[in-house]
Amino acid sequence: MRWAVRTGQAVAGLSRRLGLGQGGIIGGRLTLALAPAALSELAAGRRIVLVSGTNGKTTTSHLLAAALRKAGPVAHNDTGANMADGVLAALMRAPDASLAVLEVDELHLGTVAAAVHPEVVVLLNLTRDQLDRGTEVRTVAAAVRVALTAAPDATVVANADDPMVVWAVPRGSSAVWVQAGSSWLSDSVSCPRCGQALAFPSSSTSSLPSPWPGAGVPAWVCSSCGLRRPVPTWAAELDLAATPAGPVPLALQLPGAFNTANATMALAAGDLLGVHARQAAAAMAALDAVAGRYATIHHGDHELRLLLAKNPAGLTEILEVLEPARSLLIAINAREADGRDTSWLWDAPLETLADRHVIATGERAADLSVRLTYAGVDHATTTDPWAAIAQLRPGKVDVVANYTAFHQLLGHMRPTPAPTSASHRRARPRSTRPAGAR
Amino acid sequence: MGDSSLTIGVLLPDVLGTYGDGGNATVLVQRARWRGIDATVLPLPASAAPAVGCDIYLLGGGENTAQRFAVSWLDRHPALLHSLEYRATTLAVCAGMQILGRTALDERGQTHAGLGLLDLRTTPGPRRAVGEILTRCRLPGVGLLTGFENHRGLTTLGPRLAPLAEVVTGVGNGAAERGRPPVDGAVTDRIVATYLHGPVLARNPALADHLLQQATGQSLEPLDVPAQERLRRTLIHAAGRRYFRRSRWRTRSS
Repeated sequence: MRWAVRTGQAVAGLSRRLGLGQGGIIGGRLTLALAPAALSELAAGRRIVLVSGTNGKTTTSHLLAAALRKAGPVAHNDTGANMADGVLAALMRAPDASLAVLEVDELHLGTVAAAVHPEVVVLLNLTRDQLDRGTEVRTVAAAVRVALTAAPDATVVANADDPMVVWAVPRGSSAVWVQAGSSWLSDSVSCPRCGQALAFPSSSTSSLPSPWPGAGVPAWVCSSCGLRRPVPTWAAELDLAATPAGPVPLALQLPGAFNTANATMALAAGDLLGVHARQAAAAMAALDAVAGRYATIHHGDHELRLLLAKNPAGLTEILEVLEPARSLLIAINAREADGRDTSWLWDAPLETLADRHVIATGERAADLSVRLTYAGVDHATTTDPWAAIAQLRPGKVDVVANYTAFHQLLGHMRPTPAPTSASHRRARPRSTRPAGAR
Repeated sequence: MGDSSLTIGVLLPDVLGTYGDGGNATVLVQRARWRGIDATVLPLPASAAPAVGCDIYLLGGGENTAQRFAVSWLDRHPALLHSLEYRATTLAVCAGMQILGRTALDERGQTHAGLGLLDLRTTPGPRRAVGEILTRCRLPGVGLLTGFENHRGLTTLGPRLAPLAEVVTGVGNGAAERGRPPVDGAVTDRIVATYLHGPVLARNPALADHLLQQATGQSLEPLDVPAQERLRRTLIHAAGRRYFRRSRWRTRSS
């Protein structure tokens, strides 16, 4: 096994030096091919937390890793490589870390959990995501349920407000329930267990329930099979976390109610590993960007804030943190990693942008443009995001992008220092086309 | 409903709303309003008794559990079924089409009864059909339909039920008879059924206008929505390229 790890590390290093990538996946993949047992051997003796769910895996694992570093070195797949090879690569990179925070794709949770024997599994939410791959939400929830059933020693930190999550946690598991809210219940208004309609007593019947933000989270229940919202012991409030030991202020730099929820889930997980919530919250407050998300980048005359939104639930959340004073650019692609189907754009309430001017961009700008037209949103369409940014008035810009569009922007971004004088040189990123080119 | 107002009922948006098909309601209501027709969207969730007087009903795609729930729910509301059968105009997409049929077989081999409004039967196919689909609509004036399909159903139409379209590229109903071109969906004087998501009306405004004309009994003047025309050109062009690539490959390998 040792030589397999060393070979993998050598290849990962080579990949980094050649500029092919960050080496995370190739090194891990090679080691796994050479020694399939490598993952469980590298995990042995460590205290491991797995973080899974549709949205917020990367952010939550970054928040948790920041908190756990108070207790010692932490192995962490911080780039979001969240299948077995990426997880293995993170453990290879930090051989001496006794703690590990590993984000894991929902459909790979079974494989990874069986190999690493996690002490804690954080389950954030389960909503529709990239449906063209043919995996529907209930199928994903069922796979998570099988994974957790096979890991009875793990404590599950789970979102009590998401019926799909509650169903995915098997009855025998020890669970810490968190009131983490949900801005997206459209996937679980029928009971995940029996298919009958769920009752959300405090919501009106004419529209979908929207319990977040605010305190009135409906205590949903299935009148047919009895599946119901468990009583949470932790709760995400507006800017604090209610913990069993009292309220803890959060002071996060990351925006939005959903990040308060992510942080509360991370606090509950950290608590299980012995990091006090106050101490953890202080570490989390230092984070201002997560793998490029929320990063502020100075680019020529513009200060860009990068926001990732890859599915309707994520986009709905991001729409809530947009700042009206900033220009707004939305970049949509539909490559393999994004899902080839753009119809998810119709599931997010883009009508809320009706008083904004939007720049629609990305490889599928045309699909976005039709959506915005029918939402009554004034917009301009430019396929090339760099040309689009160049046309914006100088100042702050919110850039919302889905997965590959986000990484194209991030990868081609040449951050320049904040301008100090009026006569600064104009930065020209690699991909900039002549001004006005379409 | 009212004389000059149009009501679009979205059936079970909480149960059958998995694939962006709710966008079809947005397209219909806007295309009506842009022509000065007063129109509203009425969500008809499982928790309440449904309105039975809507002019247009929409049934979207959903997962297996959701489909069975939808059949039992619709069965409990005979006045609504009567509207769908004799009075209103209905667009049924994917699972929505399957549940309007006679029977549907699930992956475990169990047969489930449908509502029987359309003479069609669905069985699970060998693999999931996922990807862009281009069809030629049989309704006069509608032309090419572009969509995204994502299903595992093989749908067979009864002898007197007409398909909505012939498939140019993609799978569609999938259960083609020997010597006949592959087809998608089904159409009657009241119901348009198809496997196309996208949402289908966002990509194909002519089909949206067909439904609106059917429901209002008026002939509607054309609308100019440049964004939609650009999207259609791009998608149809891309589908055409795939078609020619495939046929060239076929010629070479034969």
